[in-house]
Amino acid sequence: MKKLAASAVLITAAALALAGCASAPQSNPSTGATGSASNFLACMISDQGGFDDKSFNQSGFEGLVKAQDELGVTIKSAESQNASDFAPNLESMQTNNCDLTITVGFMLAEATKAQATANPDTHFAIIDDNSIELPNVKPLVFKTSDASFLAGYLAAAYSTTGVVATFGGMQIPSVTIFMDGFVDGVAQYNADSGKTVQVLGWDKATQKGSFTGDFEDQSKGQITTKNFIEAGADVVMPVAGPVGNGAAMAAQDAGNVAIIWVDADGFETAPQYQDLFLTSVMKEIGQSVFDTIKATEDGTYSNTPYVGTLANGGVGIAPYHNFDSKIPQEVKDKINQLQADIASGKLKVVSPSDPQ
Amino acid sequence: MSDTTQEQSTPRPTWRVMLRSAATSSYLTSFLAIVVALLIGAILIGAADAQVQQTAAYLFAQPSDFFGAVGHAVGGAYSSLFQGAVVNVSTANNAADVIAPITKTIAYSVPLIFAGLALGIGFRAGMFNIGAQGQIILGAVLCGYVGFSWHLPIVIHVIVCLIGAFVGGALWGFIPGILKAKTGANEVIVTIMLNSIAVFLLGWLLTLQAFRKPTSNAPISPTMDPSAQFPHFFGTPIDLGFVLAILAAVGVWWLMERSTLGFRIRAVGENPDAARTAGMNVSMTYVWVMILSGGLAGLAATSQLLSSASQQLNANIASTFGFDAITVALLGRSKPVGTVLAGLLFGGLRAGGYLMQSVTGTPIDIILVVQSVIVLLIAAPPLVRALFRLPDPERRRRATSRAHARSTREEVTA
Repeated sequence: MKKLAASAVLITAAALALAGCASAPQSNPSTGATGSASNFLACMISDQGGFDDKSFNQSGFEGLVKAQDELGVTIKSAESQNASDFAPNLESMQTNNCDLTITVGFMLAEATKAQATANPDTHFAIIDDNSIELPNVKPLVFKTSDASFLAGYLAAAYSTTGVVATFGGMQIPSVTIFMDGFVDGVAQYNADSGKTVQVLGWDKATQKGSFTGDFEDQSKGQITTKNFIEAGADVVMPVAGPVGNGAAMAAQDAGNVAIIWVDADGFETAPQYQDLFLTSVMKEIGQSVFDTIKATEDGTYSNTPYVGTLANGGVGIAPYHNFDSKIPQEVKDKINQLQADIASGKLKVVSPSDPQ
Repeated sequence: MSDTTQEQSTPRPTWRVMLRSAATSSYLTSFLAIVVALLIGAILIGAADAQVQQTAAYLFAQPSDFFGAVGHAVGGAYSSLFQGAVVNVSTANNAADVIAPITKTIAYSVPLIFAGLALGIGFRAGMFNIGAQGQIILGAVLCGYVGFSWHLPIVIHVIVCLIGAFVGGALWGFIPGILKAKTGANEVIVTIMLNSIAVFLLGWLLTLQAFRKPTSNAPISPTMDPSAQFPHFFGTPIDLGFVLAILAAVGVWWLMERSTLGFRIRAVGENPDAARTAGMNVSMTYVWVMILSGGLAGLAATSQLLSSASQQLNANIASTFGFDAITVALLGRSKPVGTVLAGLLFGGLRAGGYLMQSVTGTPIDIILVVQSVIVLLIAAPPLVRALFRLPDPERRRRATSRAHARSTREEVTA
């Protein structure tokens, strides 16, 4: 035992010595952003998912990092571990004198409102919430139902079993808006084709459906998806952040089941499941964060809500990638047509969770 | 129970043993555990720092850079931790700003003290109540519902909310208590399961119209009535909740050290079989322990709901207090004074953690590591003794009694 410990110490020491053998740099260049130096400080507070949630916190944080890299602004961030951290995190962040503070998620609305009222001279922005009406708070919201409508249409057209499914992580507006659009897209396909493709997991009229209860437990996503597959579903859209990985596992086990990813293009963010992704419903949170930081730095901040739509590219569906050859051209054309109609306002997708 | 006899014949290191060793560890052990935890935290802070990683590459060419970077990272992080938790000396504008951090620490300690006291009672009775989380949630449900839907006069509203919180938690504690008393069901498993049930129960309740803010589609309740609020002291974050927590600590001390029930609880905790032989009703003691424990844990919810304006019931209302409280109770050796001090320490780590994360960008997980290492060391006093080459108090006691026996024997022979 002693010998083992001694050799472990020796090996560690040797490793450290080798690792530390590089020569010192000649001069110490000032650390920090590579872009032009800027005094602008952009701050961000996550909700309890943290910045590594592979979902909207992460997308928001990527926008913040992009602003650091491309605009040379200084950034500070704090992660919340649960709801009781929101207000203290926002308060502590204000000691840094942030020029713009971005809070991620509607859960932070009350805390953001309180801090914005207390600090009327600094700017705030909040993602996925449109309830705060203050001159120094800019809501960043997304009409995700526009894009998931297209995904619903595609799912219905692609399905051979005539059953598609969706489920959410938690029953919150930013999740159910995906499911509302999906259901309406399937209904549109049924109306156009005279078929009766069925949607499992969400009833738009009663606003009731399947939820795993959190955005963490992948096994629940796997079980839920397995149940859907046993009920005949061959396209599943999980709206549950990392829980969607569980859905992909279940689809992989079953074979012949396609997944529609959400928030980002799953083909790029979850490459291990590339063969499963029919498409993804994308929400460009990172871009909206970047744009808001840029506008604030330029002095053109306004509290007008940013609403991401199909028309302005704030939401959209990802390329079909590996499924490109499996989708008939007339379906692709129809989806392009629908996309144009929604963007122009000719076709309206309505969800109770739409940003007002 | 069939395994009781087995336990007696071969004393395996079970959680019961762990609880006892935690409860009998000395204050010195607790203090050293905290020191070791902070040291390990310092190593991690250094390792996670970008500047340290950069300078480590040429450690031998220019060691001063490396050690400077380590000092900067660790010093910066712990200095902001201290300034966020105790006194703010760098950015304060007036006297109120200077002491603001300590008032926050006190405010954050309240739910931990309540829940820590709750678990402490269970530990003293030899029951590992893991269910504080669920008990807090049930307390929050009742307290919250009363708070936003009943419109009562000031003072009375707070009292009714407090009763609601206690009843909610006590109910959730009663279930594992009665199951253990009547069927011998293991309270660890039952309370863990009840935690999950409470989480989903709350999630479901928040989908109902009765629990939801009328204008919103989000799972958040209406805000609490202004009448259902603790009065604050001198405009600080410290409110009536802290006074109640201290009163609860005094109450628990009286219960455990002075009352008949407390004596029974301690006797059952030391040795249930002996207590039964002595004519005590062990089953009923289990039930009472869980009711009291659950009720106190339920009161932890009041510090979330009644502490300030704009408080709402949400799915995350219990935070992780129920689990942090296990650590608090262990560190406080299940005694009221120790629990209050441990609650203050953890409240301080939380208050300071916010500032540390915001100012120096140190990952908040460091705080969790520090807390976890404290628990690990508290639960294993021999480890701390080995680290600091402290004598084993048990062995010394045995040695002195042997020496005493020898000397008396010598006296007799002489």
